[in-house]
Amino acid sequence: MVETLLKVRGLKIEGRSDETWSPIVNGIDLDLCKGEVLGLIGESGAGKSTVGLASMGFTRDGCRISAGSVEFDGIDLVQAAASTKRDLLGRRIAYVAQSAAASFNPAHRLIDQHTEAPVQHGVMSRSDSEADGVELYRKLRLPNPEEIGFRYPHQVSGGQLQRAMTAMAMSCRPDMIIFDEPTTALDVTTQIEVLASIRKIVEEFDTAAIYITHDLAVVAQMADKIKVLLKGDEVEEAETREMLAHPKEDYTKSLWAVRSFKRPQKPAVQSTSVPVVSVQNVTAAYGKVPVLHDVSFDMHAGRTVAVVGESGSGKSTTARCITGLLPPVQGQIELDGIPLPADYRKRDKSQLRQVQMIYQMADTALNPRKTIGELIGRPVQFYMGLTGSDRRRRVEQLLEEIELEPSQYFNRLPSELSGGQKQRIGIARALAAEPKFIICDEVTSALDQLVAEGILKLLARLQDELNLTYMFITHDLATVRSIADEVVVMKEGRVVEQGLKEDMFRPPHHPYTDLLLSSVPEMDPDWLTNLLNERGVDNIGDAAIDKMENESPV
Amino acid sequence: MSTLMSIALILIGLLGAGWLLRFVGQRLTGNKPFFRDMALGVAFGYVFGALVLVWLVWAYIQSHSADATTANNFFFLGKAVEGFAIFAVAAFIFRLLGRHIGPDASRKIFRSMPLTASFGVLVILIYAFVAIFAAWLAPYGQEEVLSSANIVPGGNPAIGGNPDFPLGTDQIGRDIMSRLIFGAQNTVGIAFATTCLAFFIGGTLGFLAATLQGWLDQLLSRGVDVLMAIPSLIFALLLMTIASAWAGSEKGLLTYYMILIIAVIDSTRVFRLARAVGLNIVVMDYIEAAKLRGEGLGYLIFREILPNAYAPLLAEFGLRFCFVFLTIASLSFLGVGIQPPTADWGTMVRDLAQFINFAGFAPQVASAPLLAAGAIALLTVAVNFVVDWMLHKSSGLKE
Repeated sequence: MVETLLKVRGLKIEGRSDETWSPIVNGIDLDLCKGEVLGLIGESGAGKSTVGLASMGFTRDGCRISAGSVEFDGIDLVQAAASTKRDLLGRRIAYVAQSAAASFNPAHRLIDQHTEAPVQHGVMSRSDSEADGVELYRKLRLPNPEEIGFRYPHQVSGGQLQRAMTAMAMSCRPDMIIFDEPTTALDVTTQIEVLASIRKIVEEFDTAAIYITHDLAVVAQMADKIKVLLKGDEVEEAETREMLAHPKEDYTKSLWAVRSFKRPQKPAVQSTSVPVVSVQNVTAAYGKVPVLHDVSFDMHAGRTVAVVGESGSGKSTTARCITGLLPPVQGQIELDGIPLPADYRKRDKSQLRQVQMIYQMADTALNPRKTIGELIGRPVQFYMGLTGSDRRRRVEQLLEEIELEPSQYFNRLPSELSGGQKQRIGIARALAAEPKFIICDEVTSALDQLVAEGILKLLARLQDELNLTYMFITHDLATVRSIADEVVVMKEGRVVEQGLKEDMFRPPHHPYTDLLLSSVPEMDPDWLTNLLNERGVDNIGDAAIDKMENESPV
Repeated sequence: MSTLMSIALILIGLLGAGWLLRFVGQRLTGNKPFFRDMALGVAFGYVFGALVLVWLVWAYIQSHSADATTANNFFFLGKAVEGFAIFAVAAFIFRLLGRHIGPDASRKIFRSMPLTASFGVLVILIYAFVAIFAAWLAPYGQEEVLSSANIVPGGNPAIGGNPDFPLGTDQIGRDIMSRLIFGAQNTVGIAFATTCLAFFIGGTLGFLAATLQGWLDQLLSRGVDVLMAIPSLIFALLLMTIASAWAGSEKGLLTYYMILIIAVIDSTRVFRLARAVGLNIVVMDYIEAAKLRGEGLGYLIFREILPNAYAPLLAEFGLRFCFVFLTIASLSFLGVGIQPPTADWGTMVRDLAQFINFAGFAPQVASAPLLAAGAIALLTVAVNFVVDWMLHKSSGLKE
């Protein structure tokens, strides 16, 4: 009989808004045994993080636990005195936040922050804890474990920081760790090394963990059992393999099915046709720092070109060159075979109209003080010269086009919409200009999977109806698989490989493409284990990139 | 040394009392979280606060026990407590009225309003009313010299007051109440005009600098740095001295010079804020989208940036208004601001300042200069309360 470490019963949490308390979590039960990893998944707003924090007896400001108990090793954390909780937190229960960069204090060295908890709780002396920190860094395969602790948080990469954070959570050898989306902000190649190290250390010290994420493939690698949440309610809970193989509830099945959307491959274009947009030998720099080196590719009418690469690879900079926000140092952009002026200020209205953009963060892309009618109506008026009732009619038509009920949304503000709806408004605003070419900059990466799939389907339908050309910037290969016709792989400001989608997902690849492809987690719970066995623990993430570069310089 | 010792002993005693409070609380409530998780410092704070409250009540009773004709040590404290209580009750009633009378929109505002903000709104409304209808409200003219000078406020003949002048007169026999009422019109009106002008200049240039950046931003920002490097009151004094030489005998012209000078000096602060806020807004994607659409500068500034900058600008407007107001009062106090015989609160404080010396034996007389000073203080506090409330609302903070 395995001992139950955490026992949550009938947990209800309420949040305060507009002077009233409204429920966030309505009665969750949860059991966690020693050394067990529980995956909590659900869309944003499902209450995953709230439940995760509540298992430490903690709620965010403006929230309260209204009913239920959180029993950790026989102590009810809801009723416990502040001093009791102070003694437990950090020592026996630890927390790893989503953004390590925001959670480390930028003014202190890593090792100083690492030793704080053990010294404070009297678990270890300062020097013992430092030595232990180095040992943990070594276990987590951080480079230069002896020295990395003496760096400041901004001096190490995001993946390394996340591993240092895991080491810090381990510093007191807690019985339980809460991981709150620890890899969501990371690139796929970096994600692997964090996942591998978290799993290794949790197994080695037999720590219980709650792993919160919205990525099913990730949770499949990490968790022993999975609990699915929806709007503060539990949908179902089962062993990982059981859950993956035989989901019971419809909602779970729909989550599992998300990645099934896929468009058929279009045939290769004739070499004689003039591309809608052609990027020709573009070299660009921010000040004196070069970011793009001789980038060339064509985009043809009615097709989707996915530009793939990790953060910092120059995807978005290419888009800035095309829109004219960043005039290239060399090379040019052609629209229908005619060169565009490099600076957007020198382009005329019809040239500006042809190239539209949809942004990653709909929150910052829509002026929060304008109604939907104004947001979409402005380009209609500006480019088409429609005013009054003509303008209104056109906006309503566009709203129908993006599957939102016009009468209901016309006078709303962006803050009154959900993330997916906001992104749809961004699409409608681009469509209002009646462009030929739309740049989609990571349009789905801030959205939940079900919502993202809806956006992809909408974009695909609009492309078929209006013969639009998309440049689809993304780091998510699943998205590429579902929507792209052609793929351009970028790395450090250069095009590494380009071609039809079918060819790209079939070997042989360029080694970098290969690395990217093999780093995308799959739903198979043995995927990570197999990958580690195949490549070896020293050949993932940064190490793999370094190795690849040494073997075959790009 | 013995004073220090006794203070230390009192503090230790309070600490002990705090510990006792917590201990008794824990026992009586069966260890409720409120007492259980109470830090000793917090308990100390409760005891200390209670002690201060008891002392206030005692002192207030003292202020009433003595005969009105003799000096009373607690005269000002008594008045302060009364004023505080009256305004608190007035603000509460005002908020209660606002919640039940008027259109839905205003009722909704009043429902979420804290007491401090309702006090602020009430005071501002009263000042606005008095300033607009000064000519009808004032019993006498602001320049009218009446025959009998009587500097004792209160109108109590027993201590030498005159019931005809409820707040007394100044040394040359002008009714203080009338001058206070006209002062609201002059001082507040001029301060309002000056602040508006400062915001027009500073806001426009600040947004322009944030949007265009490059050399224009450098030019404007460095120019502002130069202006801000000079202490503002000294700078204003210097410029006012020059202006009064220009204005010569035309005293009315000097007021316009003053508005312009203070507006320009204060617009530097507005410029900095508008530029900083603007810079945060121009990096947003929606500004990029508008630029790529080919929108002009006017549309960018007034339709895209300005609506998103209202909250901080409005808050700054309240604060800036107070500073402008105080600058005008200071300049008038120093003799270069609003020129006599026009009534102005700053000048009134200066004219009656020497009566402060009477505080020890004739507190009523000493309160004469404090009436104008109190009027200034009250408005400043009221505006700040309202500004705090608006900032809180616009920042979207809960609780």
